[in-house]
Amino acid sequence: MTEWRGERQARDARIAAGRTFAEGKVVPAGAVVDLLEVILRPGDRVCLEGDNQKQADCLARGLSACDPAKIHDLHMVQSGIVLPEHLDVFETGIAKRLDYSYSGPQGARIAKMLYGGQIELGAVHTYLELFARYFIDLTPNVALIAGVSADRNGNLYTGPNTEDTPTVVEATAFKNGVVVAQVNQIVDRVPRVDIPGDRVDFVVEADKPFYVEPLFTRDPAAMTETQILIAMMAIKGIYAEYGIRRLNHGIGFGTAAIELLLPTYGEKLGLKGKIATHWALNPHPTLIPAIESGWVKQVHCFGSEVGMDRYIRERPDIFFTGADGSLRSNRAFCQTAGLYACDMFIGATLQIDLMGHSSTVTQSRVAGFGGAPNMGSDPHGRRHPSDAWMKAGREGQIVGDPALMRGRKLVVQLVETFGDKLVPTFVEKLDALELARKIGLELAPVMIYADDVTHIVSEEGIANLLLCRDADEREQAIRGVAGYTEVGRGRDRAKVEELRARGIIRRPEDLGIEPLDADRALLAAKSIKDLVHWSGGLYEPPAKFRNW
Amino acid sequence: MESLTFRHTTHKPLPGSVPNAIIGVVASGNLEILLERVLPPDACEIAIETPIAGYGDVWEAVVADFVARAQPGGIRISINDGGARPDTVSLRLLQGARLMEA
Amino acid sequence: MAGDRAASIDPDALSWYEATARQRVAALADPGSFQEFLPPTERRMSPHLPLFDLPRAFDDGIVVGRATLDGGPVLIAAQEGRFMGGAFGEIHGGKLVGLLRAALDLKPKAVLILFDTGGVRLQEANAGETAIAETMRAIVEVRAAGIPVIGLIGGRAGCYGGGGLIAGTCSRLAVSESGRISVSGPEVIETNKGAEEFDSRDRALVWRTMGGKHRRLTGGADAFCADTVFAFRRAALGLIGRAPAFDLATLEAEQARLEDRIARFGDCRDATDVWRRLGVNDPETVPAMDTDAFEATVARVREADHDAR
Repeated sequence: MTEWRGERQARDARIAAGRTFAEGKVVPAGAVVDLLEVILRPGDRVCLEGDNQKQADCLARGLSACDPAKIHDLHMVQSGIVLPEHLDVFETGIAKRLDYSYSGPQGARIAKMLYGGQIELGAVHTYLELFARYFIDLTPNVALIAGVSADRNGNLYTGPNTEDTPTVVEATAFKNGVVVAQVNQIVDRVPRVDIPGDRVDFVVEADKPFYVEPLFTRDPAAMTETQILIAMMAIKGIYAEYGIRRLNHGIGFGTAAIELLLPTYGEKLGLKGKIATHWALNPHPTLIPAIESGWVKQVHCFGSEVGMDRYIRERPDIFFTGADGSLRSNRAFCQTAGLYACDMFIGATLQIDLMGHSSTVTQSRVAGFGGAPNMGSDPHGRRHPSDAWMKAGREGQIVGDPALMRGRKLVVQLVETFGDKLVPTFVEKLDALELARKIGLELAPVMIYADDVTHIVSEEGIANLLLCRDADEREQAIRGVAGYTEVGRGRDRAKVEELRARGIIRRPEDLGIEPLDADRALLAAKSIKDLVHWSGGLYEPPAKFRNW
Repeated sequence: MESLTFRHTTHKPLPGSVPNAIIGVVASGNLEILLERVLPPDACEIAIETPIAGYGDVWEAVVADFVARAQPGGIRISINDGGARPDTVSLRLLQGARLMEA
Repeated sequence: MAGDRAASIDPDALSWYEATARQRVAALADPGSFQEFLPPTERRMSPHLPLFDLPRAFDDGIVVGRATLDGGPVLIAAQEGRFMGGAFGEIHGGKLVGLLRAALDLKPKAVLILFDTGGVRLQEANAGETAIAETMRAIVEVRAAGIPVIGLIGGRAGCYGGGGLIAGTCSRLAVSESGRISVSGPEVIETNKGAEEFDSRDRALVWRTMGGKHRRLTGGADAFCADTVFAFRRAALGLIGRAPAFDLATLEAEQARLEDRIARFGDCRDATDVWRRLGVNDPETVPAMDTDAFEATVARVREADHDAR
């Protein structure tokens, strides 16, 4: 007779075993290892919630302290490999196989462990891909998640950094999995219910609040004239040109400079209300002046940002907030929004090759993909028009029936021709290819493929790749904005001038921009303190960003 | 430290009568540029002191583009480099020329 | 010599913190009045830095000269905090000492020192240390000759090491919120005493302990400015007018106040404890106060106006 309830019975058994260490659903922090050792089985698929920002660090410490004789060969399926414990478990044999998205701070160690064979890699995903696979073939048996508070029934308040939690819980709890939540505090009544209690099996009151990294804070004091010049070109040559209202920004200084130029330079150009009104974006502190000046209509967030909580609470017309007043973020929804509801992605990269493929990989680090490949791609499934999307579509159409034309999402790379230590951004060959060969990746870690990129903006000018009609034009358009890098100096000067005459390359002077006007005086805020002033004292920057 | 000197002939002198000017600060990724109106009106000399060796051809290209664009005849330009990127060098050179034209 | 372009912008708006030494001097003095001694064209550069393969600056990181301030003759020295952290080397120090000694002959209404320094340049430490000592000696002589020496502090590098010692010998100091005054810097303290004693990455702690507001509240600085060249100019003019006498009575009063400070605050664990004892009602709010609110707070604190630092 076919067994239809085997998974469910196994789940019930795990929960029953775990209850011996719990009072109801509540487990003391000191019993985490005991709990994990009875609810986990060798070979389980486990999501140890490591988001872009929020980390289930107490449960991570617990998992890494489990006895490898009891718990081994786990298959970790989580978006972020961020904490040292996330990799420690592979060294001890507790975990064996890995599917993930992003490994920023652990990028160098993960490369070494992949090379050394300590990690059996499934794949490096984008966030959306990994989330999608949670529901198809990478469904967790156990999810170890993090929230701000819970009641004794397991009703969970994630706090502003909701991030991945709803997605992880959805996949686990509704497919016979066990959900363990660490919270900073157990309370009688949670401020709002982000995850209903019947999806949470155990609640651990953590020994200290979960760790959140301020990833999206860019100090205006560090912005350079070159970044300001690039931002001016982007605003005038792309935002205004295409009338970009719905957009997603990357996290670099270049896009932060754009945010700070909207209320000054953008205002002078008369663009208020015409561009940059609807956003898929984390709550960047550098967006505060644009919000306060009335540029921004609304912002949906992947996660939150340290220090922005009070400000967001006082701006519910702009942000998505709960009945309790605090931000509700959601990475899966915001990624989808960025993919399908935005007309432009604009962000930085570390390397661009002659065709426009780009990568943030350096030879010794596997940083993963995160969300950029989805944000920075043209979704072929999109079917709703907008002026910006249609204009880009027309520019990109080479052959075919205009009646069957479809639009294009703008994918803009914002780069300085040289990075730190005079490392060139433009290269003949991406380091990603060498890395893929060295550690045997089937797919080279290319962040954004050339066929998705529509524009490259450097301090030398804007290259509009939509208007290039063949591979040679494309190469010369890229060389033509590559400055004094070897790639840039290797340009065919006559061809580049021809491209410029056709508007494929546009220099600052072609846009009516005087490079000497690119002054820090243009920044709406020149320091973190200025951002605090703009926010009326509501933004509370972390100590490391203060100079007062 | 690497020392580089480039000499160019220009079509015309740099306009203005400011005898000398200085722009920028020697700091990481930055540089200072001293401009002095001391040469014959069709001559320009650029002397560079840089802690980063091996970028002579990049400096040469940056300087040549600047001379072609600004026509800084009569000007001796002395640079103390703190490891500035080429775009910063270009920007400072143009800023310096503008000060001399005032 | 033509200075940085931004010097021509409205000094009301020019940020002291953001400005270069040359921009500060040009905007602080009466327009067009500044005459530089040993300008960059003289190329008086460090003889030591090439030995370490380090770049030099044409002015060795300090601008010195004469100018007028509201019509009155002054001598000005301005350190460039972005060149080697504004540190004292042989030429740098020599230019400052020379300027102070010249004051004895030129008899200006005041000498203004625009501090922006981390202390002594490690690569030429002996010359730098000597310069610190010579500068303090020269300041004493200038003050004894009846010429006030006013320190203005609000740059990126703060006023640390020997710069902090020199500041202690000035007649009066003006400081902005960004300005920090101390001898050992945060990293030095952490290295020697541990992060438990002083976490240098906790920048709020650094500013509470060494920043402009704390120095002003305890009387370590005599004026507090908004971060504009205009505010520093106004503060400098005000301080020149009320420089203390340089005599035994002043020194003895300073000593007595320093002893009193240890007695009153020696057991405090944090600057906020000090502020509370000084009579600040809500010390936690001090770091976030704007200039006007802070000035109002200072006006209620008696200790803010004395000469002991």
